[in-house]
Amino acid sequence: MSVAKPLPHDAALLHVTGAARYVDDIPLPVGALHLAFGLSEIARGRITEMDLDAVRSAEGVVAVLTADDLPFANDCSPSAHDEPLLSDGAVHYLGQPVFLVVARSHLLARKAARLGQIVYQKETPILTIDDAIAANTIFEEGPRIWERGDLDHAIKTATHRITGQMELGGQEHFYLEGQAACAVPQEGGDMLVHSSTQHPTEIQHKVADAIGTPMHAVRVEVRRMGGGFGGKESQGNALAIACAVAARLTQRPCAMRYDRDDDMMITGKRHDFRLAYDVAFDSHGIVQAIDFTHYARCGWAMDLSLPVADRAMLHADNAYYLPNIRITSHRLKTNTQSATAFRGFGGPQGMVGIERVMDEIAHHLGKDPLEVRRANYYSDASQTTPYGQKVSDFILDDLTDALIKTSGYRQRRSEIKEWNAQHTHLKKGIAFTPVKFGISFTLTHLNQAGALVHVYQDGSIHLNHGGTEMGQGLFQKVAQVAASRFGVDVGAVKITATDTAKVPNTSATAASSGSDLNGMAVKAACDIIRGRITDHLATVHQCSPQDVHFADGHVSLPHHRITFAEAAKSAYENRISLSSTGFYKTPKLQWDRIKGHGRPFLYFAYGAAVTEVVVDMLTGENRILRTDILHDAGASLNPALDIGQIEGGFVQGAGWLTTEELVWDDAGRLRTHAPATYKIPACSDRPDVFNVALWDGQNTEDTIYRSKAVGEPPFMLGISALMALSDAVAACGVGYPSLDAPATPERLLMAAKRLQA
Amino acid sequence: MKTTFLLNGERITVDTAPTVTLLDWLREERGLTGTKEGCNEGDCGACSVMVTSQDGARALNACILFMPQVHGKAVRTIEGIAAPDGTLHPVQDAMIMHHGSQCGFCTPGFVVSMATAHVNGRRDHDDQIAGNLCRCTGYAPIIRAAQAAQEAPVPTHLTETPPAVEAVASSDHVAFPASCDELATWYLDHPSATLIAGATDVGLWVTKHLRDLDGVAFLGQCHELKAIHDDGGMLRFGAMATITDVLETVTPFAPSFAEMLRRYGSVQVRNAATIGGNIANGSPIGDSPPALIAAGAQLVLRKGTIQRELLLEDFYIEYGKQDRAAGEFVEAIEVPKDALARTQVYKISKRFDQDISAVCGAFDLEANRIAFGGMAGTPKRAPKTEEALARGETDRAVAALAQDFAPLSDMRASAAYRLQAAQGLLRRALSGDHSTVLEVRA
Repeated sequence: MSVAKPLPHDAALLHVTGAARYVDDIPLPVGALHLAFGLSEIARGRITEMDLDAVRSAEGVVAVLTADDLPFANDCSPSAHDEPLLSDGAVHYLGQPVFLVVARSHLLARKAARLGQIVYQKETPILTIDDAIAANTIFEEGPRIWERGDLDHAIKTATHRITGQMELGGQEHFYLEGQAACAVPQEGGDMLVHSSTQHPTEIQHKVADAIGTPMHAVRVEVRRMGGGFGGKESQGNALAIACAVAARLTQRPCAMRYDRDDDMMITGKRHDFRLAYDVAFDSHGIVQAIDFTHYARCGWAMDLSLPVADRAMLHADNAYYLPNIRITSHRLKTNTQSATAFRGFGGPQGMVGIERVMDEIAHHLGKDPLEVRRANYYSDASQTTPYGQKVSDFILDDLTDALIKTSGYRQRRSEIKEWNAQHTHLKKGIAFTPVKFGISFTLTHLNQAGALVHVYQDGSIHLNHGGTEMGQGLFQKVAQVAASRFGVDVGAVKITATDTAKVPNTSATAASSGSDLNGMAVKAACDIIRGRITDHLATVHQCSPQDVHFADGHVSLPHHRITFAEAAKSAYENRISLSSTGFYKTPKLQWDRIKGHGRPFLYFAYGAAVTEVVVDMLTGENRILRTDILHDAGASLNPALDIGQIEGGFVQGAGWLTTEELVWDDAGRLRTHAPATYKIPACSDRPDVFNVALWDGQNTEDTIYRSKAVGEPPFMLGISALMALSDAVAACGVGYPSLDAPATPERLLMAAKRLQA
Repeated sequence: MKTTFLLNGERITVDTAPTVTLLDWLREERGLTGTKEGCNEGDCGACSVMVTSQDGARALNACILFMPQVHGKAVRTIEGIAAPDGTLHPVQDAMIMHHGSQCGFCTPGFVVSMATAHVNGRRDHDDQIAGNLCRCTGYAPIIRAAQAAQEAPVPTHLTETPPAVEAVASSDHVAFPASCDELATWYLDHPSATLIAGATDVGLWVTKHLRDLDGVAFLGQCHELKAIHDDGGMLRFGAMATITDVLETVTPFAPSFAEMLRRYGSVQVRNAATIGGNIANGSPIGDSPPALIAAGAQLVLRKGTIQRELLLEDFYIEYGKQDRAAGEFVEAIEVPKDALARTQVYKISKRFDQDISAVCGAFDLEANRIAFGGMAGTPKRAPKTEEALARGETDRAVAALAQDFAPLSDMRASAAYRLQAAQGLLRRALSGDHSTVLEVRA
């Protein structure tokens, strides 16, 4: 059975030879045009004059469009209808698309886009969390507040109490392939769109609205993305819409890709947060009550900020039972890029909050943070999360025991203490952090998926489903499912591009749900076809359907063994349908986001990491020396791909909390808008020693082959790096380091100076 | 502008405008879309190509490489890394076996960098791919692949001889000087022209600032500008010596300077960037200028037939202004070996590899010469600090940095951090314990 085999990525051969085709690699028909946006130069105000003559007369320019030129909806928002594709006169952030250039080449379009003469009436922009609090610019009617227990009483009567806060920076996705789309006009006003998107159905919907057609007139195809990480859940809308509008206007194929700087200036990033806490605990460090306040900087439009901020609240507990709790979440509107989905979708921000609290409690009590964390773990299956979901699948006790042993945590912790005593300027730190991450979309209706499977008369299989491939290996995992259902080699399964004409009404490939949802939908489709073949052969060969088995490329009956291809041919010749859709919806979900109560998640995925770092207290320079990870992917569909998600997720998570710093200036201009200034981890930033293992277990819920989602959860293992840095800085003086993130060399040095003062 | 080169083994001649990048030509004109655009500024490596010249095989960023720069060279793109019969390169096999690709977009660039390192027998894999960014894998499987492939023999098709070509003739607006004299004469007549050495900076003028360069001289045919001369006491680098050449030259005797250069840009950037360009562009940071200033380097400037020598520290006047007349260019830089050998150089950046310094400090304590980059509008010495040290007052010397420098705050670091980090570096240099986090192991 091909499930559980560590097969390479299905496109690995294409990747390493340069033959894998991304949107911008698709050969365009002759006469294709290229697009670029002209961007606002101020963060807030109104456009009073716009002189685009120089743009129109620039070399190679075919058309220039403003909001007034758009034929139908001027909107690229995922749902709130609050994001005009082109400014309607109001400017909400610096970098907002104001006009659209259609030109003969990408370079000529970019050149022309800089020639616009725009006069603004400037207003004072609201840029920071403090600005937004002061101006009370928020989404929703007020803060979202979820409560359980008697917080005030518990806080007042507690033995120990800490209050504090931390600033937690955002993160640029830095998918290596920037946003890209192209639209090819078809006969009768139809439109074919290629888009680098995690959400083909939304592209289809938005394009249809923008060109005034029903959704059936728009077909969106996505073979692969060069990375997504949430950044292509809604941020590709603008390009696809622009291409379709321009293609409709010119009746020529239109392509658009953002130059990297434009990409970083225009598109949303991870939400930065301020996390404030007031926590009461006993002398063991067990939390008796905690009051969290989240301030999420959402940017100028709503985008996905409400569910992101919700998910931060949903992970304020991480792995810990918090009997008395209040979480207050402010969703702040600012004149900056509209913050969007990014791996973890708010979960990491919520989780950093409680991990910070655990770390500070341990420091306050002089305890090993590991012991404080364990003392607070969920301890029996009747305990519920702050939002009322039972934690019945908790495996972190055993997983923690195993990781503490294999990582040599205890001995290394004491060795580090000795090492630090012998070194003045260099200090090491070590930290263990766990992850418990809820799996399912919190907008319950999104938890559905469809698939389309054809078996051809030669036994080859055409596989299609609603998920998109962004590098995570979803297509290979799902192909392994299909191959396993038919008992054939995975090579018999042709993986095909995601296509809104094959599987409709798909959800974004997001929330780690790709293989859970699409794997089940494909299984359903395969089982329908397999059932038909089974019934047919059982009838022909006069046996019970239970005696028909699919394995090793063959179908076995009591007295016959034929190849799968022969079985398919026989079914065809007997007029049996060899094509089926499949459908799946996640069971058991029930969630009220206003009350903050119910069961938003089918299950939890778990993991833990131990990370060791070293910091130079003269400069703040630091490195990750070693990381040990034990992660729960249930019964893995593909251990190699899952380990890839874990290694990559950890490094990306550690990058978020260390080197990746977004800096806006006082005018609201993002100053870190290219890799020259925004530093994602490079090769040497991964841990020197990097041990990653999968937890040997299976999902207690009935998921696809009892596997677990693995896209997002490992990202939060990177929190161990931040806590290890805190441990190292704590070794250089007196007091708690209270690190903000990202913990750049600058922040580490300043924290060290505070402790040494 | 005609350029002749080998493209994946095939000799071709193409006619392009002089500032068309190799990347755009490959993708838009040639249909070779395996080479990717990730950042269009030489910082991500997705566009890496292998370029073989008389100097051997080098990885370069095609996004900031102008077509005339590959004249007379052999270019291998990702499409030409597997053998002509389709047999995969050992690096390609290993990348598949070790799950080194996820989204695959950065993968062609990695494969080209790794195959180039493999041709050159390099096993310092972290350094060899420091200029290739991957957002998916966390790099671990890529390193495993590089290690798995390192013993395999180099496929014969990757040992290339650059094609014999005729020198490109200069035109009025585009010059290809073949000698310093020719360059000097032409530049005197075209003082507002742009000199293009490695194009790691000028490339961005085109790809990011979208400038049309009016008058350019490509210096690649000016072989005498690449010469490196060692007379035992003094090293003379021609201005066109690449940072890679400089790194190889100084590695045997100047370990601290070499260690800083190891973190200068990336392999691809060092293979293109030149020491003359690094000095002449007048960056406030520069990375090599602080070290060269501390070591007492001097420039040889050339204008027409006139040469003059100038201490490097005197070349930098203020931000954006150097002591260089119109029509004058940097011909060479001379640095005493003994001083360079003992100069301690420390580079502070948010990320270790492929990052621009927040602060770069260089210390020749024996000669009491201290210079910093990132602390002022130019790379600059620290006179008050040196005075205090001359009096043996180390604490005052550390404090005096605040008098010597009033650094700026920007996206790389705050002024306060720059000063404190600079002070930390001075303390490190004075302590005699030069160890950094880079040497520490778990």
